[in-house]
Amino acid sequence: MNKINPLILMCSLLFITSTAHAEKITIAAAADLKFAMDEIAAEFKKANPDDEIEAIYGSSGKFNTQIRQGAPYDLYFSADIAFPRDLAKSGLAASEAIPYAVGRIVLWSATQDASTMTLESLTDPQITRIAIANPKHAPYGKRAQEALLSTNLWDKVEKKLIYGENIAHTAQFVQTGNAQVGIIALSLAVNPELTSKGGYWLIPDNFHEPLEQGYIITRRAADSNLAQHFADYMGSLPARAVMTKYGFVLPGEASGK
Amino acid sequence: MHLSENDFQAILLTIRLASIVTLILLVLGTPIAWWLSRTRSRLKGPVGAVVALPLVLPPSVLGFYLLLVMGPNGPLGQLTQALGIGLLAFTFEGLVIASVFYSLPFMVQPLQNAFEAVGERPLEVAATLRASRLDTFFTVVVPLALPGFLTSSILTFAHTVGEFGVVLMIGGNIPGVTRVASVQIYDHVEAMEFSQAHHLSAMMLIFSFLVLLALYVWRPNRKKGT
Repeated sequence: MNKINPLILMCSLLFITSTAHAEKITIAAAADLKFAMDEIAAEFKKANPDDEIEAIYGSSGKFNTQIRQGAPYDLYFSADIAFPRDLAKSGLAASEAIPYAVGRIVLWSATQDASTMTLESLTDPQITRIAIANPKHAPYGKRAQEALLSTNLWDKVEKKLIYGENIAHTAQFVQTGNAQVGIIALSLAVNPELTSKGGYWLIPDNFHEPLEQGYIITRRAADSNLAQHFADYMGSLPARAVMTKYGFVLPGEASGK
Repeated sequence: MHLSENDFQAILLTIRLASIVTLILLVLGTPIAWWLSRTRSRLKGPVGAVVALPLVLPPSVLGFYLLLVMGPNGPLGQLTQALGIGLLAFTFEGLVIASVFYSLPFMVQPLQNAFEAVGERPLEVAATLRASRLDTFFTVVVPLALPGFLTSSILTFAHTVGEFGVVLMIGGNIPGVTRVASVQIYDHVEAMEFSQAHHLSAMMLIFSFLVLLALYVWRPNRKKGT
């Protein structure tokens, strides 16, 4: 054994990893995608074991602000297509804003069966805390607010509302029982961990503006093959199947419910 | 600098929260600090460590456990429900309790140092004059440790004003109830209302600087005085 061997080994390892064009991308995804995107990324990795995909979940509004400030995200999946559209308009995107799904909101409770509820049930004095996402910057919160406004319930329930930072944070308020009921994303409510705790009631989609969701490849990922590859994968059958499983209505498909 | 009505509401709420927490901690923290400064008990180490925990714990840990403890299945949640108060999460009272935990070391540690600095001698003198222990504490220890009380009160107040993570976890962002200034700034930033965020942030910056300036400027005077 020669003393120089480890060094050569290291250098050649570096060389190998860089030539095997293994790439890494970071995805900023709206919190409603938490379960669906984890599953899609895992499937994608099975087919592309060399590539690395990191998904971060949060409020769409926050990611929008962060990307404007140069955050290192390669793909941005927003719960509201308006955000990626604005980014594309500002020249911060390497693709158009592409619609990938339409989201739905539901009433969900961890302590009672929400499937027998309607929005009117929220005026029940027994219910003292209702969690929604912050309408100021979370798309799901905005739609929840619209649904309550269009049914003339907003004024009656506003005092009971508590605001989550994003839709997953909102679900967590309900999951811990600190809020008896919440308006959350269908895609979160269908997760086994949540359905085991209590049913949900699908809020009719004519109560609010559509939750048209869209993504972009960000400007910094303009040359990333992996980012493009993953974006293409989102339109593939396996990825669409996962999205459907989590209650998303896909572009080009009629609403199933 | 123009602030919206919501901003004012958030500032007033923050001041109210910090004032109440400081008063509560003065009452709770003083005996703890006194005991820590005088005891030879083996419990001194563990108690001191527990008091100091919020210094190193991420606020998310504190917030997470408080959310569980205050929830309907948590011990505190079951107690408050049995008492007919309801659940504490997302209430101002809940924030007060969380902040008392969060700011505890900022009250206790400076006080403990001040009490230790008083030393045994004044206490012995007071004892020979037949002063009761309570009497000694209020007529001898408190005046001598007054700068310590001032420091710990200012630090507790300022630290509560600076609280963010815990409030985000258990507050629920309710205007006028749990939406404090730090959360209001966060909301402004997320909604890209940068100028509003600037106004509030600048106020916080100036406030924090003045607090620290006061602490640093007063310190040498105190030394000269004693």
